[in-house]
Amino acid sequence: MLNRTGGIVFTTLAIIACCVMSDFVYADNSAVPEDPSFGVPAPPSNVRVEDVPGDAGGAVRVRWNLSPDDVDRNTKFEGYQILRSTQIDNNFEIIGTSPPGQDLFTDNSTTDGVEYYYIVRADAGSMISESPPRGPVKSSQQWFNIGRLNSFIALLILSTAIILYINQAKRGKELYVRKIAGLDAVDEAVGRATEMGRKIFFIPGTQDMNNVQTIAGVTILGRVARLTAQYETPLDVPVSRSMVMVTAREVVKEAYLNIGRPDAYNDDMVHYLTDDQFGYAAGVDGLVVREEPATIFYMGAFYAESLILAETGNSVGAIQIAGTAMPAQLPFFVAACDYTLIGEELFAASAYLSKEPKLLGSLKGQDLGKLIILVAIAIGVILETAGWFDFSRLFTVQ
Amino acid sequence: METGFTLSNTIAAILTIGIISFLWKDNPLYKLCESLFVGVSAGYWFVSLYYQNLLPKLFDTLGLTQLFTSADIEPGAIQILINEGRVDNSFLYLIAGILGALMLTRLIPNLGWISRWPLAFIVGTTSGLYFTTYFQSNAMAQLRSTILPLDSIGNVVIVIGTVCGLVYFYFSKEHKGVMGGAARVGVWFLMITFGASFGYTVMSRMSLLIGRFDFIFSTWLGLTG
Repeated sequence: MLNRTGGIVFTTLAIIACCVMSDFVYADNSAVPEDPSFGVPAPPSNVRVEDVPGDAGGAVRVRWNLSPDDVDRNTKFEGYQILRSTQIDNNFEIIGTSPPGQDLFTDNSTTDGVEYYYIVRADAGSMISESPPRGPVKSSQQWFNIGRLNSFIALLILSTAIILYINQAKRGKELYVRKIAGLDAVDEAVGRATEMGRKIFFIPGTQDMNNVQTIAGVTILGRVARLTAQYETPLDVPVSRSMVMVTAREVVKEAYLNIGRPDAYNDDMVHYLTDDQFGYAAGVDGLVVREEPATIFYMGAFYAESLILAETGNSVGAIQIAGTAMPAQLPFFVAACDYTLIGEELFAASAYLSKEPKLLGSLKGQDLGKLIILVAIAIGVILETAGWFDFSRLFTVQ
Repeated sequence: METGFTLSNTIAAILTIGIISFLWKDNPLYKLCESLFVGVSAGYWFVSLYYQNLLPKLFDTLGLTQLFTSADIEPGAIQILINEGRVDNSFLYLIAGILGALMLTRLIPNLGWISRWPLAFIVGTTSGLYFTTYFQSNAMAQLRSTILPLDSIGNVVIVIGTVCGLVYFYFSKEHKGVMGGAARVGVWFLMITFGASFGYTVMSRMSLLIGRFDFIFSTWLGLTG
């Protein structure tokens, strides 16, 4: 019974909806009736082509005057086709389209230095008409990319702040950096290994020296190496990249020299295993279970090997201090290590530990940048919420 | 994939079991697998780096390969210089080659210091290149995506989470008072994110484990359909 009633109600509603919709369709057609006399559309005129100014190259701008047949009343007019060739008289191919009413197209697929010709075609389904070819035009990159002006200004402010802070630090001004929890544990962890007479392992990640996290990790290695040189604690640094091996050896050697213990340094402290991610993980795991280090540092860029390494270190009872800016790997270090430097703390750690003016100045400069970002967010959110101004547009980088 | 007790399947299965045996404890089979894995992969990467980088990007581009072979390879910078009399941009690769060769001076004790130059070049250029790209992708893009009207719960959460997260990573002031409270909220946001990420990744790791078990029980032993 209910089903039958429901069916009747549904059918009635459907009929009403159809009637309403047909009214709309009829109304739409009556507003813009088709022009039965419409044939071949008039072509767009005055086609201009130019290299996009102030860009990074690879783009040409095409402009034209609208076809006289590009009017609201004409439902047959479908828009414009843009054709391109490297020859003036043939091989033109469609590279894009523009809707009716639009007189601009940017071709973002050009090769800098190559001469191109363009045709703009008025498209009315089976009827088309073309402008004469225009060109040649070559795209090129300019010294200054206007689309990145905001980025340039922001980086200029940031760089100036960093340089000023570095100069202050060099002149001996005390620059305050708050305590970073995980770093206080570094001395404690080295001390523990010394008391136990066991090794310290330092894993600088699995990425090469072109990764900033690896650079930060190797900087922290310098501080750890100074401590191991001071306390005569054995240090083992297995690495997965030849460049990291060379850099880490330099850093460790310098640390031992600075402490006055060059005799305690040997190249084997930093040794290469393999470039392969999981081959490296298997190798480090084997070393950890056999050597049973008292302390393990993981500082750098890690991928899926992070939990394999940290869990093995945990199983031998080592104190583990990790630091990475890889968001997907941080949860594993947080779960399996005693202390974890989260994201930017890794970069701040190298400055905090070394008290090096350049690093401290950089850290302070970046803090100023964060402060400016916080203020910008506050202003932007207020303006956006009030609906006064699209503030976020100012931060669009092309 | 071929199923059953073929030689390759049997070797793959034994190596898989050998690596998994580490869950029990360090043992001779794991040591064998580990040594094989490390040794074979180190050798593989050496060959791979030679054929993917050194040979095509340096020797072929400069035209050194073409001097010693009759194979059909595009002319390099040397051939362009000889045949067309012009200095091609590819000669710039010579700088990279020289920097690479300088790394080998580490093998000569008295000249080892020279190897610091290519290192300084790599570290310096890397920092410079990443300075702008990181700033644009991590700072500008994040800032743009955070400036939102507070007209929905989702937007409010994004704004509060980003602001509090930024406060946590502000190192010039101690986390006390309002700063401390905001930083604590920032840590909550981070931990909730980590928890979700942890669960997601564990599930994907489980699928990897299932894949290996499927290989052993299905492909190798043929126990399941």
